[in-house]
Amino acid sequence: MDISSLSVKKIKQLIDSKNISTVELAGLYLDRIEQLNPQLNAFVTVDKDKTLSQAKQVDQLIAQGHSNALLGVPIAHKDIFCAKGWLTTCGSKMLANFVAPYDAHIIEEFNKSGAIILGKTNMDEFAMGSSNETSYFGLVKNPWDLTKVPGGSSGGSAAAVAARLAPLATATDTGGSIRQPAALCGISGLKPTYGYVSRYGMIAYASSLDQGGLMAPSAEDIAYGLNIMAGHDERDSTSVKREKEDFTAQLHHPIQGLRIGIPEEFFSEGLDSDVAQAVEQAIQELEKLGAVRVPLSLPNTSLSVPVYYVLAPAEASSNLSRFDGVRYGHRTQDYRDLIELYEKTRAEGFGAEVKRRILTGTYVLSRGYYDAYYLQAQRVRRLILQDYLRAFEQCDVILGPSTPTVAFGFNEKTSDPVSMYLSDIFTISVNLAGLPGLSIPVGFGKEHLPVGLQLIGPHFSEAKLLNAAHQYQLHTDWHQHLPAGIAGN
Amino acid sequence: MQWEVVIGLETHAQLATHSKIFSGASTAFGAEPNTQASAIDIALPGVLPVLNKQAVEYAIRFGLAVGAEINPRSIFARKNYFYPDLPKGYQISQYEEPVVKGGMIHFLVEGKAYQVRLTRAHLEEDAGKSLHEDIPGATGIDLNRAGTPLLEIVSEPDMRSATEAVAYAKALHQIVTWIGICDGNMQEGSFRCDANVSVRPLGSDTFGTRCEIKNLNSFRFLESAIQFEVERQIEVLESGGVIIQETRLYDPDRDETRSMRSKEDAMDYRYFPDPDLLPVVIEESWVNSVKDTMPPLPQVLKERFISDYGLTDYDANLITSDRGLADYFMAMTSNASASPKQCANWVAGELLASLNRQQLAIDKCPISPNKLTQLIVRIEDGTISGKIAKTLFDILWTEGGEVDQLIDSRGLKQVSDSGAIEKIVEELMSQHPDQVAEYRAGKDKVLGFFVGKAMKASGGKLNPAQLNDVLKKKLAG
Repeated sequence: MDISSLSVKKIKQLIDSKNISTVELAGLYLDRIEQLNPQLNAFVTVDKDKTLSQAKQVDQLIAQGHSNALLGVPIAHKDIFCAKGWLTTCGSKMLANFVAPYDAHIIEEFNKSGAIILGKTNMDEFAMGSSNETSYFGLVKNPWDLTKVPGGSSGGSAAAVAARLAPLATATDTGGSIRQPAALCGISGLKPTYGYVSRYGMIAYASSLDQGGLMAPSAEDIAYGLNIMAGHDERDSTSVKREKEDFTAQLHHPIQGLRIGIPEEFFSEGLDSDVAQAVEQAIQELEKLGAVRVPLSLPNTSLSVPVYYVLAPAEASSNLSRFDGVRYGHRTQDYRDLIELYEKTRAEGFGAEVKRRILTGTYVLSRGYYDAYYLQAQRVRRLILQDYLRAFEQCDVILGPSTPTVAFGFNEKTSDPVSMYLSDIFTISVNLAGLPGLSIPVGFGKEHLPVGLQLIGPHFSEAKLLNAAHQYQLHTDWHQHLPAGIAGN
Repeated sequence: MQWEVVIGLETHAQLATHSKIFSGASTAFGAEPNTQASAIDIALPGVLPVLNKQAVEYAIRFGLAVGAEINPRSIFARKNYFYPDLPKGYQISQYEEPVVKGGMIHFLVEGKAYQVRLTRAHLEEDAGKSLHEDIPGATGIDLNRAGTPLLEIVSEPDMRSATEAVAYAKALHQIVTWIGICDGNMQEGSFRCDANVSVRPLGSDTFGTRCEIKNLNSFRFLESAIQFEVERQIEVLESGGVIIQETRLYDPDRDETRSMRSKEDAMDYRYFPDPDLLPVVIEESWVNSVKDTMPPLPQVLKERFISDYGLTDYDANLITSDRGLADYFMAMTSNASASPKQCANWVAGELLASLNRQQLAIDKCPISPNKLTQLIVRIEDGTISGKIAKTLFDILWTEGGEVDQLIDSRGLKQVSDSGAIEKIVEELMSQHPDQVAEYRAGKDKVLGFFVGKAMKASGGKLNPAQLNDVLKKKLAG
């Protein structure tokens, strides 16, 4: 069976109709991972025995007549989610030996739904990065061009889905870490509304911005996954209490009259023309389906990157304090006293980008700087949210490019952090405002590299975003293109 | 020069919740190390705090008890510093917006009324413990205490002597235990004080440089530490030195304070609002429902006891010094069969003495309020004498039993039958003719001799007034 064209919906049908067993299907994916992962390095941990034993249990459930939403559907989890009994490294030497003793909320939910864990995917260290080059476990390569980055921080999940090593993958997004790699790898990726998916068991980078989400070839696949992932969890105080929603229910609604807001700031300097062109074509495609273009402005967009690089490091500097070598994770070999234990453990355990952000965060929270940086950034954050709320008085969805360029080469931006940070220019403001954002593939730019379109909606408008994307995907086939050389097998 | 002492206290009261402030782990004292530390308490990657509502409710109770403002929207902040017994590398506390603002503590010192203003009271989590002695060559970490809820109560610098500071701390201790938010056990660290101490020339209106003495866990240490520190500061100043702002530790073995760290190495805690926790919103309806469950406060009860029952100031103070004692007394007076004044005498007298003798808390008292009331009723209706009542109290205390049953079975009933008394008296007179003669010769004191003999012969059961009458009549001839 060619698994490279399987959607979640198709897999459900195959399993339900007993055309394939869970063990067989998981085996096919594990084979493909074994074959392609050495080139891509998308997975940091694969454990065939664990995967097949979980699949066997699900097959028994099926034999007993059980049914469940994702029974037998394979899924890859970003290595930021604690999964009981699995190494959970967060892409860091600091946690290279850490086997999680408990399940994150979303792992629990996917396990309950009958999904099968294929493995843990590579990522930028502690989710800090936009190219997956900061991982302690090595680069992830973009399946479309092995000399290009897959984006980050969820580069492993993106590459895994793009190469069809998994039909569905979890990911997280603090400043664009789902949407940017999804765009660069030519797949769909959703960052839900802040608070919609529990953060319990998701290793924290910047707590007020972190949000778990999904990657898959299509918006429809994501809708199936989101049904499992979204929902209240009392173990996360910021988790929102809402009725469970069926995100597949609205997919087929026509989008006639949908008002799509086009912010001028998303089409200004710094946007490559190949990206602009593909995005413009996608907008025209949506217009053909009945959407109405509304030009608008998000005047504070340019402030989002500086605001983010004050707030996220501030929270990170505190969140990462627990990695001190005392209770778990890396501990330095030799130390004379407590201070040296801390200093050497953290100097050895963290990579350069993590250290840079811890130092930045420590600085902006320090006495004498707090008001000028942290408080000021919080104020601007509110302005950015207000920009969006005003915009949504005029439109239903905001559209723009997910990234200013297509995938770039390795080491192209590592020596210049600011140019790296600017690759998230279109995604960061969405996290600051806590909004849902979805990136879908809308064609190719230079060197036949994928281009992503970002759809941004009001809080809790995931169903609407998925609906618009699904309608687009019904009329186009960009999401079905496969990278050359890895198509089929 | 005359010096004036200025003292402010920061008190950590451990809240008597069953589980921790941000996790479901138990707060019970004395378990094996690390057996009461959940994934959240040891700060595993990915875990998140969830606020224990009971801890907030206890803070509201405290605010109401001291007449403070309950902040409708308070905020948890992170206090960042590294220490092995601080698993997250930060303590969750409240910084800019505490749950309780203001308030006042009233107390007496040698009959004089004092008031100390409170600045604030805020919720926070306790750290774990570093065990330096248990493992040779290494430091052990016990995280059982990590995450235990604390209410940090901060006073204004309103105290002017160690005696006032101790009286304030005792009054605060009385309040937190009275309203049931803290067990008050100072040995186990449930109630501990940091004292900010400075001195200034009498009449000066600016404060001197202060030193903070950390972790004083008994009233005696609090008093000694402040006294030592005051003398030290005065000595430094009078010999031309200056006080350096610093944190000091009290060593009870040497009765002195020692420098721990100076302000120069004071840490920058980099406080910021904890993004994992929402602001604590306290609606007025919540405050009102807590108000409804509040026990009457000691001051209120004391005044009620004096005005309604005519208790002395002394007895009323004694009885309201402890919530359990007051509850005991109120249980006695609630059925109104014995006079409240007598009840108070017995509680403040025999009962308290017995409890103290055996170092028992009132909730471990072997005699129920009901039984003690019955005993007093039997005194008041003349069934037993006051003297016999004390014997009966001892029997009830050590052996238990029912009041009326014991009076019967042990023959404790007072003899009020004048025939029986006359018989005893006549017998005694015939046995002691010399003493009868002495009395009749005008030696009135001899009457006492006969009272003693008669009581002894009867086992103390004769009605004393009746015996007196009979004796006088018979001796007079």
